[in-house]
Amino acid sequence: MPVETWLTFVLGIMIIGSVVALELKDILSAIIAIGIVGLGVSVAFLFLQAPDLAIVQFLFEIFAIIILIKAFIKKDYHVETPSRINLYLSGITVIILVVIFIFSIPIFKSLPVFGEPLMTTSQYYLDNGAAETGAANLVSSIILDYRAYDTLGEVTVLFTAILGALTVLRIKSRTKMEKR
Amino acid sequence: MTIYLMCFILFLVGFYGVITKRDLVKIILSLAIMGYSTNLFLIIFAYRTGAHYPILEKGTSVTAMVDPLPQALVLTSIVIELGITALLVALAVRLYGKYKTFDITKIRRLLG
Amino acid sequence: MKSHDGMTLIVKTVTRLSVWLIILYGLYIILHGHLTPGGGFGGGVVIALAFLNVLLAFGHKFTGEWLKIPLLEKLESGSTLLFMLVGLLGIFYAGSFLANYIIKGSLYHLFSAGTIPLLNIIIGVKVAMSLFLVVWVMAAFKIEEEEEQ
Repeated sequence: MPVETWLTFVLGIMIIGSVVALELKDILSAIIAIGIVGLGVSVAFLFLQAPDLAIVQFLFEIFAIIILIKAFIKKDYHVETPSRINLYLSGITVIILVVIFIFSIPIFKSLPVFGEPLMTTSQYYLDNGAAETGAANLVSSIILDYRAYDTLGEVTVLFTAILGALTVLRIKSRTKMEKR
Repeated sequence: MTIYLMCFILFLVGFYGVITKRDLVKIILSLAIMGYSTNLFLIIFAYRTGAHYPILEKGTSVTAMVDPLPQALVLTSIVIELGITALLVALAVRLYGKYKTFDITKIRRLLG
Repeated sequence: MKSHDGMTLIVKTVTRLSVWLIILYGLYIILHGHLTPGGGFGGGVVIALAFLNVLLAFGHKFTGEWLKIPLLEKLESGSTLLFMLVGLLGIFYAGSFLANYIIKGSLYHLFSAGTIPLLNIIIGVKVAMSLFLVVWVMAAFKIEEEEEQ
């Protein structure tokens, strides 16, 4: 079977999984349904010839699920049933999103066809990457040699995000220490 | 073409969740869905029909390879996405500790 | 038995046997990042998951003594500095920031590709430490909350 058929199948499962995750009342089931979407992305990366990304996406998905379950599982979780006005508002939102979808079809038509990318800069990396950097994994040669400055920025963003999370969660112990 | 549109539908589902849902957990999940669809779209854009993955192997010579540049960009974007998810989860847990609810319509005192 | 004291004896024994194998696999992924799929990001998460396994099986207190959390925090912030240091050395040796100034070696060998394996190791340490610390702080926050009630 061609790749398009498989991708359509996987994407269909992912759309169903995301709708289920958003509409379920139970929080554990919703998080597990998000797991379907993330692992579907991993499978799609494998079909699209990106084993590097498939490994990383798989591991990060597992880690994200563990974080979400560990953070939210024992909380008593009750959200009121939405009132009638909220239902109308959701209906209007769906209609607006469908309109956006219909108007965006010409934009997607103007993009290059699936399976024929532009490959202007990338062809240079493919031709000279192994000789210039000595790495057999060309993705890794781009991340850490040609575009290492990009990766430095990414490391800084990760550092800042994690620092934010640590700071937010540690306020309590700091106030406690001041009291003593 | 069909695949591009399905990817966009996935993005719109996440967008719908961010706009209409009222509890923080569902909003975090919707942001995760938007991130997945964006990453997937970039990689779908990079695919070349019948091409090989961009990793050289000993003893084999491959002529056609898929575009490695979007793969490198998405690899970093996945990591940042997890960092942001962790930050959002930390904020949600703190808010729950203060207000005992995830419902954003009840977290009014945040306004000041 | 409180929830943060760890799990049963069976889980603890299996964890004691398997955690080093998981860490070994993570190191393999990091060190072979320039030859095979993987690299610093993937391997770092594997190591973070191994630590998380210990945290879930043995509980909060034991993991804090085994892993020395202040050391992990220093490693976490120090790895960003190391990344910049490797980049700055590129200015002196090759003329541009983050240039690949170590000898390239021959293709398909473990010791090849100049600075790429070095940066892979730094990124692996960074990702592993930061992701584990988030879960660690989250668990500590939960315990504090329980104690207050």
